[in-house]
Amino acid sequence: MKKLLAVLALAGFTFAGPALGQDKPAAAAPGADKPAAAAPAADAKKEEPKKDEAKKEEPKAEAKPAPTPNKGDTAWMLTSTALVLMMSVPALALFYGGMVRSKNTLSMLMQVFVVFSLVTVLWCIYGYSIAFTEGNAYFGGFDRLFLKGTFDPAKGEFSMAATFSKGTVLYELVFVAFQATFAAITCCLVLGAIAERAKFAAVLAFIVLWFTFAYAPIAHMVWFWMGPDAYTSAKVVDEMNGKAGLLWQWGALDFAGGTVVHINAGIAGLVGAYLIGKRVGYGKEALMPHNLTLTMIGAALLWTGWFGFNAGSALEANGTAGLAFINTYLATACAVLAWTLGEAMFKGKPSMLGAASGAVAGLVAITPAAGNVGIPGAFVIGFAAGFVCLWGVNGLKRALKVDDSLDVFGVHALGGILGALLTGVFNDPSLGGPGFYNNWFEMKPGFESMVAQVWTQAKAVGVTLLWSGIVAAAAYKLVDMTIGLRVTEDEEREGLDVTSHGEAAYRT
Amino acid sequence: MKLVTAIIKPFKLDEVREALSAIGVQGITVTEVKGFGRQKGHTELYRGAEYVVDFLPKVKVEAAIKSDLLEQVIEAIEKAANTGKIGDGKIFVYELEKVIRIRTGETDAAAL
Repeated sequence: MKKLLAVLALAGFTFAGPALGQDKPAAAAPGADKPAAAAPAADAKKEEPKKDEAKKEEPKAEAKPAPTPNKGDTAWMLTSTALVLMMSVPALALFYGGMVRSKNTLSMLMQVFVVFSLVTVLWCIYGYSIAFTEGNAYFGGFDRLFLKGTFDPAKGEFSMAATFSKGTVLYELVFVAFQATFAAITCCLVLGAIAERAKFAAVLAFIVLWFTFAYAPIAHMVWFWMGPDAYTSAKVVDEMNGKAGLLWQWGALDFAGGTVVHINAGIAGLVGAYLIGKRVGYGKEALMPHNLTLTMIGAALLWTGWFGFNAGSALEANGTAGLAFINTYLATACAVLAWTLGEAMFKGKPSMLGAASGAVAGLVAITPAAGNVGIPGAFVIGFAAGFVCLWGVNGLKRALKVDDSLDVFGVHALGGILGALLTGVFNDPSLGGPGFYNNWFEMKPGFESMVAQVWTQAKAVGVTLLWSGIVAAAAYKLVDMTIGLRVTEDEEREGLDVTSHGEAAYRT
Repeated sequence: MKLVTAIIKPFKLDEVREALSAIGVQGITVTEVKGFGRQKGHTELYRGAEYVVDFLPKVKVEAAIKSDLLEQVIEAIEKAANTGKIGDGKIFVYELEKVIRIRTGETDAAAL
């Protein structure tokens, strides 16, 4: 869960800034304060007058400067953001590109490349504002259109976003960039399900609609909250909780995007695969991956970049980031072993595509859990993901009778659901999990019982499946009626590289 | 003159080339090809999808030779390409009507 910002050093918003006088501000503040003093003007300053309200609860507190981002946190989040970009272009593009036929290679790479760019632009225009500013339980507001208010060039001041620690903030622009990569890669994930037959313009039009009406609101529902510093007294706890997104209010846990990213994209992909129809020759001709070396490179880069995705979702360079890091590392390794073992047992031969798929399945499943479970959770979630997603691309896929070309549903949605549910199990402190807070003033643990938490997680999964599925169906239909979803059969046979893009990946 | 075309296992190419050089064949043309004979194909499995691959990779060797070399050429290829296992390939022999060396315009035996 991420959160939102609140302390506006510049705009002087009232709600959050003040929090620092509270709980354990002293621990977080000092390290941060020092660099601020020496920093150049452009470096977020906060001699902003502290607001008096800060002292209401704790009159003895000295007037303190607003918190300054820790340089280590900032460095880590900038790095994480770049790592997540690497997960899409190139990693996801190569992972997908290797699995299509050679005549559609560039079309796959191109779709990922352009959709990533498109969503980044939309994010900075309105997506961030809808997802991560205060609004209602479903949508945010429009305070941050074109990222308005994040940087004041006259004063050289940057606005701040909240983290998960009181008195610890992050430059809001860093948070914007980090979250932009999430939105963009999520939209790219969908593309695998309709690969090798979708019209390029239709893909872009669909993504605009789905991003706007599915991704942004679901991100808001799951991840928006007022931030820890907003909880300035016991009295405002309910009020602040009530301003958060719907699923956050329910207590649904999603560390880095099981619901928001993987289930969201997976169901949109499945709906798309149904509506666009099977590829020409599906079930009759060999539709084989043309270059699994590319796929392996893509999977390996995904694994690497995912450290930014998951450990970066801690929003700080701290112990939770470390926990998310080792969980991401370990669960993925478990899933590779599980998928490989499963293939050896049920199919006779362990394959490279299987190992790469296992890695992605493990990464997906540990995503909602990363900083929300302990080491036991990583072992179980990883192994379970390998076996479950192997079934997802075999038995389940056959049962669904759908040409989800690159198994976006079988790996991402299924892995995401598995991870989301098991997060409810392994968040339990008795199973080595960290638990979570639902009262950020008194810091009361929110984990009540495994059954209750799994039920909450299941409801969040259900809302995501329904919301995203319905929006996706409407968006595909709309695009089909206007632009048309599919290329002609002749174009499909010739390959999208030449017919849609006028170029070829390989000279023969 | 004869044109000898041999379909062989790819890993036997070097041995065949050496054997042909040794008996005085001056040049060959090699092409990577696919096909099927009595040797069975194999199945490939990609996640849930299983495909039978019927066409196996082979190498096609073509050599234009003087007729009196024919028996030796056949024997050389047979010996060099043989593994005794199914899929070793075949040799086809054609009559060759005319040969021209492009650089000099020489024809037939002089062009081989």
